[in-house]
Amino acid sequence: MLTAVFFYLFAVLAIGSATMVIVARNPVHAVLFLILTFFNAAGLFILLGAEFLAMLLVIVYVGAVAVLFLFVVMMLDVDFAELRAGFINNAPIGLIVAGIVLIELVALFVTGAAGGLPASIPVPAPGVETLTNTEQIGRVLYTKYVYFFQAAGLVLLVAMIGAIVLTLRHRDGVKRQSIAAQNARTPATGLEVIKVPSGGSVFPASEGPR
Amino acid sequence: MIIGLAHYLTLAACLFTLGILGIFLNRKNVIVILMSVELMLLAVNLNLVAFSAFLGNITGQIFALFILTVAAAEAAIGLAIIVVYYRNRGSIAVEDINMMKG
Repeated sequence: MLTAVFFYLFAVLAIGSATMVIVARNPVHAVLFLILTFFNAAGLFILLGAEFLAMLLVIVYVGAVAVLFLFVVMMLDVDFAELRAGFINNAPIGLIVAGIVLIELVALFVTGAAGGLPASIPVPAPGVETLTNTEQIGRVLYTKYVYFFQAAGLVLLVAMIGAIVLTLRHRDGVKRQSIAAQNARTPATGLEVIKVPSGGSVFPASEGPR
Repeated sequence: MIIGLAHYLTLAACLFTLGILGIFLNRKNVIVILMSVELMLLAVNLNLVAFSAFLGNITGQIFALFILTVAAAEAAIGLAIIVVYYRNRGSIAVEDINMMKG
């Protein structure tokens, strides 16, 4: 009974905040509603007994992805009101497509046409009496799916390098330290012996006349 | 009142539909389109975790983990592309992104 109460609480809040994500006028509000959606989804994960993924959702999405969105929205000086033009014009076709998808999916689940959905009571995974959810995931992830795990790490590495390479720029006129050039300096390149004639003046050739 | 698998699947279908609707409604704002994609990925994750719990098989949660990884990478790269595009063109309207005439 309590499970049902919390399920409906999280479900209604998740759908409501997801609706606000797509209709919010201010993109900053949209990002904040996205965070609320993810929090509610994390609550649903806990109801399903997936505590590890729930915490991961909060850490990865709220801690990283949503903050990234927030940064980009605040960094770009874009007139978002202008981008909303055509919002109403696009609504009918969008509602038609979304309605068709929703009716199809819900009909599939509710009528049981999906080919006998499993029991309505969660089945405990093998070993659930002795192991926590995190331990269960670890035991499978690091044995059976270890190559997939490595590939996921590679995907994150490529994404990180890609984001840096895309957004890094070398502006002209900004002096940057070149450690390699500094280390490669020898007395032959860094030292200049100049004969100064008496009564005259000489400027180093590397600096040119002033 | 027992919350069954169909409840979770229906909720995930609603979230997925909202993601699709978001792409249609905000056709000009690429940032909101990215957020809608995140919503759709969340719905898929919810499906995977619900099946994992109701079938008693942990594999669904493993794959939800991988989807989370890919979604994070996708958001990072997508936002980086948006920042570079804004720097070069001073706009992020979707209809202006037609340089390649695809």
